[in-house]
Amino acid sequence: MSEITSNLELNCEGLNCPLPILKTKKAIDSLNSGEVLKMIATDPGSVNDMASWANRTGHELVSHTESAGVHTFFIRKK
Amino acid sequence: MADTKKLAIIASQGTLDWGYPPFILASTAAAMDMEAVIFFTFYGLPLLKKEIDAKVSPHCNPAMPMKMPFGSKDFQSINWPIPNAISGNVPGFDNMATMLMKETFKKKGVATIEQLRGMCQEFGVRFIACQMTMEVFGFEKEEFIDGVEYGGAATFLEYAADADISLFI
Repeated sequence: MSEITSNLELNCEGLNCPLPILKTKKAIDSLNSGEVLKMIATDPGSVNDMASWANRTGHELVSHTESAGVHTFFIRKK
Repeated sequence: MADTKKLAIIASQGTLDWGYPPFILASTAAAMDMEAVIFFTFYGLPLLKKEIDAKVSPHCNPAMPMKMPFGSKDFQSINWPIPNAISGNVPGFDNMATMLMKETFKKKGVATIEQLRGMCQEFGVRFIACQMTMEVFGFEKEEFIDGVEYGGAATFLEYAADADISLFI
């Protein structure tokens, strides 16, 4: 899969629930509509939580990939 | 979102373990574009103090795992059974249990209660302190952080009447 270009990167490695969600919310707030946030997390719970968060807020979870316990999310601001 | 969901929480406990859930849920709700209010009453009030001094006690709490935040992974995964005769009689035992839990949380990348409380305020979560229990237990407004509202049962219920989620913690 070709790498999606992001406007902002957020590293949440080592952080546990609910910090990745809270930091993602703050980062998304700083973007304009249509811009993309790349978020990296190691909390395995963030996989379901990010999907739920995107579902509720309406921001688009463009992709999620995992490699050796590191999760990478791309989120497009609505 | 057209209709904003509302979360109403009553925080009635002030120990370290019971102090986390109100702030975790309220901050996350706000991050999910919900409105959130926490009503602090009885032993929940100290969570509004400028310096939170919440402790945890394994005494008479057999479900509480005592974990060591150091050593090998196997060592850290041991649940240490603490007899009540020890947890209730050894001076400073609660302080030690509190220190161990804080250290374990820190190692696991969990935010501190103060951090989560700050994020709640940043995200616009409303804090209401129960005026009646403040007077009963002798709390002064000066002891609490800024931005706290004061009220009673009716103040909370007026908001909670339209809430989609109501929790008593």
